[in-house]
Amino acid sequence: MIENEELAFKDSLIHKINPCIRILLAVLLSFWVALSTDFKFISGCFVLAFVFVFLASITPNDIFKRLKPLFVFLLMIWILLPLTFEGDMVFTVFSFDISRQGIEYCAMITIKSITIILFFMSFVATMTIGVMGHAMQKLNVPQKFVFLLLMTYRYIFVIGEEYQKLFRAAKIRGFVSKTNIHSYKTYAYLAGMLFVRASMRAKRVHQAMICRGFNGQFHTIDKFSLDKLSIIFFIIVLLFMTIYQWLIVKVLIF
Amino acid sequence: MHISEGVLSGQIMAAGGVLAIAGTAIGLKNIDYDKIVNIAILSSAFFVASLIHVNIGPSSVHLILNGIVGILLGWAAFPAILVALLLQVVFFQYGGLTPLGVNTVIMAVPAIFVYYVFSPFIWKSYKITFTASFFAGAFSVFFSAILLGSALYLTEKNFLEVTILILGAHLPVIIIEGIITGFCVTFFKKVYPEILPNLQKLE
Repeated sequence: MIENEELAFKDSLIHKINPCIRILLAVLLSFWVALSTDFKFISGCFVLAFVFVFLASITPNDIFKRLKPLFVFLLMIWILLPLTFEGDMVFTVFSFDISRQGIEYCAMITIKSITIILFFMSFVATMTIGVMGHAMQKLNVPQKFVFLLLMTYRYIFVIGEEYQKLFRAAKIRGFVSKTNIHSYKTYAYLAGMLFVRASMRAKRVHQAMICRGFNGQFHTIDKFSLDKLSIIFFIIVLLFMTIYQWLIVKVLIF
Repeated sequence: MHISEGVLSGQIMAAGGVLAIAGTAIGLKNIDYDKIVNIAILSSAFFVASLIHVNIGPSSVHLILNGIVGILLGWAAFPAILVALLLQVVFFQYGGLTPLGVNTVIMAVPAIFVYYVFSPFIWKSYKITFTASFFAGAFSVFFSAILLGSALYLTEKNFLEVTILILGAHLPVIIIEGIITGFCVTFFKKVYPEILPNLQKLE
């Protein structure tokens, strides 16, 4: 049902970088690209993103698998926007006007979104959620939020199994999903039962945690420290981005 | 219902980010460590339930359920939805990191609205419960679609047609969410009323 953390268990340069630094870089670079409107700058970042993916030793197969939902969205945009965008007409298809601005806008969104997702994939998808939670805690994200994230993540698989069980039970009793009130009612009761079981399980889990001395502190077995390699990597990437942007703005004004 | 990476303008992302942080802060303040396990496991249930696909004609849609999230969790819906969306980014690359704030606001604000407006009617007769929860489910999706449309429209005026298309495409979803939420809340009331808020009003 859910992708596992296969990318997290590889060995590469990116995997050696401190997780806090990786999260920081992912956030910084993503917003940097998202806020830019310069086509040349974004195209450069697009190439850079592929360099990072390569450094993280992610295979093309993994990239394609993870970009699939994005491609569906991009396809929709490419069909809709050139038709509905106002601007200079380029050509006409079946009496629909295709505008140049629409096509430019689509191209911009396509490159931006792929770039940001590749950044995310190479920096964040290469760590387990457990490590991510710990790194977030070190980056001063509120402890309660981190707790919520890790706990939710932990129980998604348990509740997922619970759902499979309920759905199997419905199927064995001859349930076939159709477009009618009976189907919707069945799904509503399925979802409802899922929440009821989740709530009852939460009670038991909470009691078990209290018995083991839970006091709100979340301990972790992942240990990592800020090493030289991470700091150097962080500085090099940021310097590169700054110089690159400066070059594009100041020098390469064609 | 997500906005993808690379679409929104800086101002909209900033506004969404600030609102999402404020809402999450209020939500976290309302959660104490006695309730946090319950909220976390319910969030996992919402995550799983939102992967359920129901048929409409030859096609199918997945459930959103932010109406039920609102009714069950109140202000805690904000952090719960943020966590769910963040996990969706990590697992499936749905939505994204930069529009995360806006996407959270799109889902969570209607949830909280529904909590205040519709949950007082839960403890009336079953007919009223069903009707109120139907509207809670339908309205929360409708409100989310409106917020999503506004975020797109404020980014780029040329998105107007796309916005109208999105609203139109969500009409059947709105009705299905209403029906599912109606049945689901009635089910809670019959089977496990402790899960619903304001239990004292029952007595």
